[in-house]
Amino acid sequence: MTRATTRWAGSLTLMVALGMPGIALAEYPEQPITYTIPFDPGGESDVTARFQEPHLEEILGVDVNVNHRPGGGGAVGWSEFQNTAEPTGYEMIGVNIPHIIAQPIMRENAGYETDGWKIVTFFHTTPNALIVPKDSQFKTLDDLVQYAKKNPQAVTLGGSGTFSANHLGALRLEREAGIDVTYIPFTGTGPLPAAVQGNHVSGIFNYSMLGVQMQDNARVLAVASEERVPALPDVPTFKELGYDIVGGAYRGVAVPKGTPDAIVNKLEDAFAKTNERIAEKQEPLGFVMTDITDGEVDEVMQQLKTAYQPILEEAKANQ
Amino acid sequence: MDMLLEALFSILTLEGLVTILCGVTAGLFIGALPGLTATMALAVLLPFTFTMSPLQGLMALGAVYMGAIYGGAFTAILINTPGTPSSIATTFDGYPMARQGRAYEALAAATIASVVGGIVGVAFLLLLAPPLARLAVVFGPAEMFWVALLGLTLVASLSSGSLLKGLLGGCIGMLLSTIGVSPIGGETRFIFGIPALQGGIALIVALIGLFVVPELISMAAQGRGALPESGKLQGGAGSAIGRMGRHIFGKPINLIRSCIIGQIIAIIPGAGGNVTSLVAYNEARRFSRDPASFGKGNVDGVIASESSNNVMVAGSMVPLLTLGIPGAPPDAIILGVLLMHGLRPGLDLFTETGVLTNGFILSMGFAAMFLLPVGLLGGRLIHRVVVKTPFYFLLPSIAMVTILGTYALRNSMIDVFIMLLLGTAGYFLRLIGIQAAPIVLGMILGVIAEKGYVQTMLVAVVDPIPWLRLVANPLSIVLACLVVLSVATTLLPGWLERSGRMAKVDSDEEKSP
Repeated sequence: MTRATTRWAGSLTLMVALGMPGIALAEYPEQPITYTIPFDPGGESDVTARFQEPHLEEILGVDVNVNHRPGGGGAVGWSEFQNTAEPTGYEMIGVNIPHIIAQPIMRENAGYETDGWKIVTFFHTTPNALIVPKDSQFKTLDDLVQYAKKNPQAVTLGGSGTFSANHLGALRLEREAGIDVTYIPFTGTGPLPAAVQGNHVSGIFNYSMLGVQMQDNARVLAVASEERVPALPDVPTFKELGYDIVGGAYRGVAVPKGTPDAIVNKLEDAFAKTNERIAEKQEPLGFVMTDITDGEVDEVMQQLKTAYQPILEEAKANQ
Repeated sequence: MDMLLEALFSILTLEGLVTILCGVTAGLFIGALPGLTATMALAVLLPFTFTMSPLQGLMALGAVYMGAIYGGAFTAILINTPGTPSSIATTFDGYPMARQGRAYEALAAATIASVVGGIVGVAFLLLLAPPLARLAVVFGPAEMFWVALLGLTLVASLSSGSLLKGLLGGCIGMLLSTIGVSPIGGETRFIFGIPALQGGIALIVALIGLFVVPELISMAAQGRGALPESGKLQGGAGSAIGRMGRHIFGKPINLIRSCIIGQIIAIIPGAGGNVTSLVAYNEARRFSRDPASFGKGNVDGVIASESSNNVMVAGSMVPLLTLGIPGAPPDAIILGVLLMHGLRPGLDLFTETGVLTNGFILSMGFAAMFLLPVGLLGGRLIHRVVVKTPFYFLLPSIAMVTILGTYALRNSMIDVFIMLLLGTAGYFLRLIGIQAAPIVLGMILGVIAEKGYVQTMLVAVVDPIPWLRLVANPLSIVLACLVVLSVATTLLPGWLERSGRMAKVDSDEEKSP
């Protein structure tokens, strides 16, 4: 009898032990999650991750560690992630459009693929905004377009990076308005306010955030969103002014391909709830909150690829 | 004024002072570790401020910033390794001083200079923010190009002995800076198909490699530590501090000059602390009555470097708080914190939320004062550890810390390999007389010069003669003249001496039959 009990207890232990992985999965997450930002601290991606961190921790019940792996406009972090991250749900990385579309096309070996992961969600967009100095001769977008038509290449537009959201925005304006402007890349958003206020460029293509930040000492001519940006209610969209330019940066988060659906859903949910909580703080800064998941992710990716690919390929051919 | 007083009372609480003290101490130790920069210190400690009130959080981060910039001096002086890039110039004379057994003197001088610099920066920020901010936007691409060139003329003063070798070092540095995705244009250069190289060689990785590794190799080769073990001070530590205090305040012109240079460079967006201390060092040397003693343990070099880089802490917040322009990389994090608390840079910061802003500014002044006790105590501790530890323990420990520091910078093993590779190359370069300083200088300034030049040329695309844009306005002309002047004053004495000697030889020959 005693022996039988022991044996029975033994097999129970074994069963529990074998059953562990299944239970562990059901209880995801149970250990800290690493959230990699492939950019320097202080930028929009980092600031957002900092907003999210405490709420994600509260919702998921585990630590979320934000770390940085900057370099190559995000490419260094992304290529490493696609090559080494495990599909356990404990490693995720911030992803940005158009970077992940443009870099693999424009570079010989960016080290990663546009679709080489499972994008969990795009949680917000920052539409492009066209900003000119306060004392600029351009009072409206039309002024700028008319001037540029008469003086090809004379209008200089600064922006953050090459073949970035800003650059592609400027290229689309050229196509839509039939003008030829000179795009001046700067490294990051940091130097742009000085470039506008010091009249070093005619204007800048940057995100709506900077438009909000610079309200007092610059003029925002238009924003590249479907509807007006809540934080800039008086600024018209390009669409209202007759130019079909909608675009900017989309920020989201990805996990390695093959991560179980249950985990992906849990993360989707956590980011959606986090968004609700931080919207109050982020919207006044010029962010446009989104909750793009699953099929919609593919839709957005497809749509933007078709919008950007011809521009990029043409640029590459001219290089 | 009421606002200022109210701000003062809001930080003069036990909680406030303890926050500043902890911030300074934490910053100091992180800054002293090679590889962990002030930017990293702020990023790492940022989450701890989430639970604090906006003012307390900003106070903590301001104190960390102040401590980290100062902490870089410790390793710069004791093991010839700039703890943060802004203390590169501190190694030039700080380390030779340490090798002469004057390490504690150098530390004391660095501490006093940092305290004064920190307070001066706060004063500038409080009193002159609006007019100084206007200066910040004057520096466009063309001006940045000339500022970088002006910095590059420093190569001449750094290459003790052979100008040619100095220039060669500078060129190596500029070449290294081109690796990775180009700052303008976005094409990848010299990456040899390795995706990880897209990020280029991080400055701090090169710093650690080029400064520390050669030092470690030669220590190992000599079989003894570089610092004299009998680091006994004449008359003890107190006397060293007194002596340095008298030296610094007795002839304050070096300190004043360095503080003004620090403030001006701090508000130029994109230049930052790395350049500040280098330029201040160069000017200290130029105006010195005994320029030859620089690089061989002249304490004025340490004072120039350390005072100017601590001015930068509060000084670089001038364009940040008024215009939202981060003057130095760590400021980008402070900007993020401001935004996170719903504070928008601009006039509102000084009116509507004036108490908070002024409290933050004043707290940096207190942080600077706290450097004195914390720095002198911590300095004594670290000094004793470095001097007393047998070199066969010290050497592997330093090696370990540098490898960990390099890895932690971007969580990258490739960075560690690059660091070791550059370090080994640096050792051999040093054997043939090419020093680390000009290489690093080329790396820092090469990028700034490239950006400035290419952007200017792009803006000038419609001009008939594009390069005229480089000298199209008064400021850029002044800067260009300074560059010419700087080159001339460096080359002329040597040239005159040589032609003088030649003339003498000629006349000697004439005399001979």
